[in-house]
Amino acid sequence: MPDASLLGQVKDFANRANPYPVYAKLRETPVSRQDDGTGDGTWVAATHDTIARLLQDPRVSSDTQPPADRPRTGNPLTDLIVKPLKDWMMDRHRVFIFRDPPDHDALRAAVMHQFSRERVQAMRARSDRLVADLLDAKSGAREIDAVDDLAYPLPVTVICELFGVPREDEPKFHGWATQLATALEPDSLSDTEIRAKNSRTFDAIGGYMADLIKDKRKHPRDDMLSGLANHATPEGAKMGDYDLVATSILMLVAGHETTVNLITNGLLTLLRHPDELERLRQDPLRAPRVIEELMRYEPPVQFRTRRTLSAIDIAGVTIPKAADLVLLLASGNRDAAVFPDPDRFDPDRTGTRHLGFGGSLHYCVGAPLARFEAEAALTALAARLKAPRLIEDPPPYRPGAALRGPEHLRVAIDGIA
Amino acid sequence: MARTSERAVIVGAGLAALRGAEAMRAAGFSGPLAVIGAEPHYPYDRPPLSKHVLAGAIPADATTLPGIHGLDADWHLGNPAIGLDRGRRAVLLADGRDLPYDRLLIATGTRARPWPNPHEGRLAGVFTLRGRDDAAALRRALAAGPRRVLVIGGGFIGCEVASLCRKLGLPVTLVEPGPTPLARVLGSTVGAFIGAIHAGHGVEIRCGAEVEWLEDAEGRLVRAHLVDGSRIDADVAVIALGAVRNTEWLDGSGLSADPGGVDCDASGHVHDTDGQTDPRIAAAGDVARFSHPLYEGRRVALEHWSHAAAQAVHAGRLLAGTPPGEPYGALPTFWSTQGDLVVKSAGLTEGADAVAITQGDPAAGRFIALYGRAGRCIAALSVDSARWLPAHAEMVAAGAPFPPHGAAADRPKAIKILEPGFS
Repeated sequence: MPDASLLGQVKDFANRANPYPVYAKLRETPVSRQDDGTGDGTWVAATHDTIARLLQDPRVSSDTQPPADRPRTGNPLTDLIVKPLKDWMMDRHRVFIFRDPPDHDALRAAVMHQFSRERVQAMRARSDRLVADLLDAKSGAREIDAVDDLAYPLPVTVICELFGVPREDEPKFHGWATQLATALEPDSLSDTEIRAKNSRTFDAIGGYMADLIKDKRKHPRDDMLSGLANHATPEGAKMGDYDLVATSILMLVAGHETTVNLITNGLLTLLRHPDELERLRQDPLRAPRVIEELMRYEPPVQFRTRRTLSAIDIAGVTIPKAADLVLLLASGNRDAAVFPDPDRFDPDRTGTRHLGFGGSLHYCVGAPLARFEAEAALTALAARLKAPRLIEDPPPYRPGAALRGPEHLRVAIDGIA
Repeated sequence: MARTSERAVIVGAGLAALRGAEAMRAAGFSGPLAVIGAEPHYPYDRPPLSKHVLAGAIPADATTLPGIHGLDADWHLGNPAIGLDRGRRAVLLADGRDLPYDRLLIATGTRARPWPNPHEGRLAGVFTLRGRDDAAALRRALAAGPRRVLVIGGGFIGCEVASLCRKLGLPVTLVEPGPTPLARVLGSTVGAFIGAIHAGHGVEIRCGAEVEWLEDAEGRLVRAHLVDGSRIDADVAVIALGAVRNTEWLDGSGLSADPGGVDCDASGHVHDTDGQTDPRIAAAGDVARFSHPLYEGRRVALEHWSHAAAQAVHAGRLLAGTPPGEPYGALPTFWSTQGDLVVKSAGLTEGADAVAITQGDPAAGRFIALYGRAGRCIAALSVDSARWLPAHAEMVAAGAPFPPHGAAADRPKAIKILEPGFS
């Protein structure tokens, strides 16, 4: 019998800095039933093969969210009419990472259409400029916090500019995004308090977005939100207002909560492998290799949740119908069957079958953006930080087990070149 | 395996020949190895010919397969084998030479079935599509901007060419004697779904129709006359009537071979007309007819790219003296790119008594069709939804119950069981 407490150990904050030994134990049983505090348990896929198969199994659904249930207010009109209506609308117009085909496909296609190569390429040059400015602002410093000084502001500015959110409104998003990102943590689904907070946050950010969309209709600009609000896709689809609000919230939250971890995990890993930091400094063209290996070795999204629509026989077990499923992407990335010597950070690996961006129909929409933002940040850090040293190792971590990364990354330096 | 002075000969120079040769070398065969090809080309990849090459995205000669020069082989190209003398253990070449062998791989594949009237088949503007030179010639004709292209035959090649013509903006008519395109392989139910998608892109489809003769003006095609008396003006015609297996050169060899292929036993060795196995000879690819273990031992000869590659590896190891242990029985798979439509399949539809759309919607142009026979899944087909195919392929390989039960993404609440429509 596999140890059923391992998923609990994954969630346990004590293992946040290094969850990989727990993943290794989970891989001993490719798919195992884990205790989750409910009688049903959660099924965890931990090997590359089983994760890759389940990612493209039509019996696996991304619709993991329980029905919306806003907290009651005590006002009968609100509780009997407005609340059910709002809950119903929210369920019908979930963000598309929690939806299945065919609805998912139409929404994603509309976003991909606006995520045009030209638009993404334009942000590439912009990222280099932003990184340069952020580092210039710290010139003379003897210590930086890689999170607050670079890894957070860079992707946030990029996503706001790309989407057309006024930069001065960004501080509002900081708290909203942190709160909504908890929806990806498995325990938040059953925690009524977190769910109540999330629906309040969703309503707040939703109100803001609805106003912004109105403005984009009146005064269209060359940004993604204007594009989504005013133009149909080549297939002739145009998003309804509720889907548009939900989709823009998804993009903004994703832009706030993922790339920050890629950049921070990247600098942390490079500081732990000074030879690789030096090689990157001497040869910035190594950056794409370094980043692909980072996406394998320390992916910002460690796992995703799913739900089974039917029973599935896999790897000697039967996952029952309507079971909660965790696809442990970061564990699949350390599977020795696919990656020899998997715990070694080695940018010279060939073959990039990592699961860091997920796979199949929900493969990360923002992957190209994440790649070059990380490239801009890490090459600049390698080139400009003089004698960087970690002040704390391991650094303090943010609470999330699924969206995992340091809260702060304090680095002592002799200056910025 | 120790060094050997035994001689290996591979007849055929396509994908199966190359993979077979590589597998022999990888298994340690170190003797002289000769490869005989009817065409003057090194092994090349055929799938791009009807797609990227016709579209003009790559030239026909950019399809040469990698790995040829590391093989240590003697190439006899443009010099087809015309006979096999098993008594003397020699392959007879068209230039009159004999090539002695101790181990022989038959991988002569197929050729395009020609237009029945040889004079009409030679008219300027009339093409078949099988080899690299065919594709280069047809590409030139399409690039010249014909007024209309006539595709005769609505199988996979016919559908690929017709839909590609639409992508090139060319008017095209597809004539198919069956009830729908692709009816022979996929049945008329699924064939009608795919046909409707092509029709929606402007392919003029004439089903239940047959071309009787091709009219020329000064040796150049001008129109086709149909059996029903109608005519189609066209200056390019593509004959897409399927393939014929290249087995004539085996006449008189005593091997069990006919236009349906050369027979192999469970190990992969060929057998003779008395049913005796010839342990020196194996066959692989389109030309090899064998009992498929996943289909109750039904004898099949498969014209699939992945099959040619996998079966040749099996045969190569067998001939190198390191037999793989179990009979060859990979799940048959293929793909076909038809315009922007990607059709993929796993399993064999032959004998299906039912078909069900298990995901998606044919009207939306994206779906999975699952084929059943006697309550078991025997094949699955994806149209623009290949991501769902692996899970269905597992069901086919396992002979899972048909129709499938339980919910799945984008699956209708109640799965309708349809008549597959095989004639």
